[in-house]
Amino acid sequence: MGMTMTQKILAAHAGLDKVEAGQLIEAELDLVLGNDITSPVAIHEMDKMSKKDVFSKDKIALVMDHFIPNKDIKSAEHCKCVREFACKHDITNYFDVGQMGIEHALLPEKGLTVAGDVIIGADSHTCTYGALGAFSTGVGSTDMAAGMVTGKAWFKVPSAIKFNLIGKPSKWVSGKDVILHIIGMIGVDGALYRSMEFVGEGVGNLSMDDRFTIANMAIEAGGKNGIFPVDDKAIAYMEEHSKRPYKVYEADEDAVYDEEYTIDLSKLEPTIAFPHLPENTKTISEITEDVVVDQSVIGSCTNGRIDDLRCAAEILKDRKVAKGVRCIVIPATQAIYLQAMEEGLLKIFIEAGAVVSTPTCGPCLGGYMGILAEGERCISTTNRNFVGRMGHVKSEVYLASPAIAAASAITGKISAPSELGL
Amino acid sequence: MKACGKVFKYGDNVDTDVIIPARYLNSSDPAELATHCMEDIDKEFINKVNKGDIIVANKNFGCGSSREHAPIAIKAAGVSCVIAETFARIFYRNSINIGLPIIECPEAAKGIDAGDEVEVDFDSGIITNKTKGTSFQGQAFPEFMQKIISAEGLVNYINENN
Repeated sequence: MGMTMTQKILAAHAGLDKVEAGQLIEAELDLVLGNDITSPVAIHEMDKMSKKDVFSKDKIALVMDHFIPNKDIKSAEHCKCVREFACKHDITNYFDVGQMGIEHALLPEKGLTVAGDVIIGADSHTCTYGALGAFSTGVGSTDMAAGMVTGKAWFKVPSAIKFNLIGKPSKWVSGKDVILHIIGMIGVDGALYRSMEFVGEGVGNLSMDDRFTIANMAIEAGGKNGIFPVDDKAIAYMEEHSKRPYKVYEADEDAVYDEEYTIDLSKLEPTIAFPHLPENTKTISEITEDVVVDQSVIGSCTNGRIDDLRCAAEILKDRKVAKGVRCIVIPATQAIYLQAMEEGLLKIFIEAGAVVSTPTCGPCLGGYMGILAEGERCISTTNRNFVGRMGHVKSEVYLASPAIAAASAITGKISAPSELGL
Repeated sequence: MKACGKVFKYGDNVDTDVIIPARYLNSSDPAELATHCMEDIDKEFINKVNKGDIIVANKNFGCGSSREHAPIAIKAAGVSCVIAETFARIFYRNSINIGLPIIECPEAAKGIDAGDEVEVDFDSGIITNKTKGTSFQGQAFPEFMQKIISAEGLVNYINENN
């Protein structure tokens, strides 16, 4: 019985020739990640350990991104705690205001994540790096602390679901629509404890930014990780961004999958997840009544990359955000921010009546920079629409692609770009 | 080791945002987090919960964000055990790692109602509904997880094994 791509990476990092689903292993870690919410808890746990040193100052990444620039005194205290820890342990990859970005956009951009890696992060969307062919998964703060000290983590080897992607998506269909379609199909626990392996000739028709978006939301189907094969586009991305050596793993031909699905990308439509679960999806043509929105958020670790901003700008160019709608654009990293400025995208956003924020997770998790009041509704390119996720318990979040969020900002209701003649 | 208490019952997909909303994540103090535990799904929870009480839920409990603040808040609120049909995987790891016992048992999740008096024997995995006079066999922990729980968390376990 062969191994899946994920199983091969885990076996190699556990020093084993072979692993199988359900097996408990201890794997060597290439990177341990934390942010300003989860790292203080991990640092506190580390204080209780008899061994106080980090396993490697180069293989830990601490990214201040959730509540910074600090939203209040308590957040400032959290960041101060992490800043002092980073200084004390001489952590190479500590990112604060000025260098930071949203962690899951930042780390691949900085070349810290490459194919073949095993990465844990105290943030559920750590699964993003599967786009590059790495095994990466979210953990909690105690696992992060243990990882920082030992350089190892225990895993139960996951079984996998195979998603065979075929065809080419149409103009306004992106990675977000692919993953929302999949979550709508299998449910928010459809991949619980399992890998989601994306394969097929359709992968070549997805940009790297599309793939980051898809892998990013594997957790919203309960997945342990999402992973893509390493093709020319992935290699080109890594060669542009990283000096680290990468290793390509491929699933065995006789690898066993729990389930297999074939998805024709050419048949997908823009897809929107209604409150209060990412699985409550409707295609744009299934929405028959006006869904009026108060806010549109374009950003996050899911959709704050340059492709996302270009797409939104293409729609917002020479148009105006509807009266009564707040449109908030959040480039995910400083480099993306700068690139958006150089390409003239920021000018387009501002002229359209949108605001542009410094990189932050802010509104996605109801932190700051766009909190909703009672009864308000937001179309958002973020990843979760749980009760109270973006503010008041009686507010609503609708998840969608940057194209839908931008078009909806202009019309004031959930809309496709086609409604604008695009 | 046993847990015994009154049950608070919830449905499917209880996410970590409702267990502890992100607006309170500017704190990592367990006692402070506990005061907001379950607030967005059950405002009365924190006023009614007593030390030793048990949470029972249906599928995918603890889905969403990886925040360890969620099991920390539940534990600090006095809850002795969480039983569910299934758990989201990060929540599962986090609970074990901080020493909050949690057990998967679909039959118990169906056969226990809010307010029932329930006893859980962690050594045998047997869950007894004392109110209804029924019992269920919960999933037993593998050996190394039992060691983590008996050490009251991963940190102590690592300290003991290094």
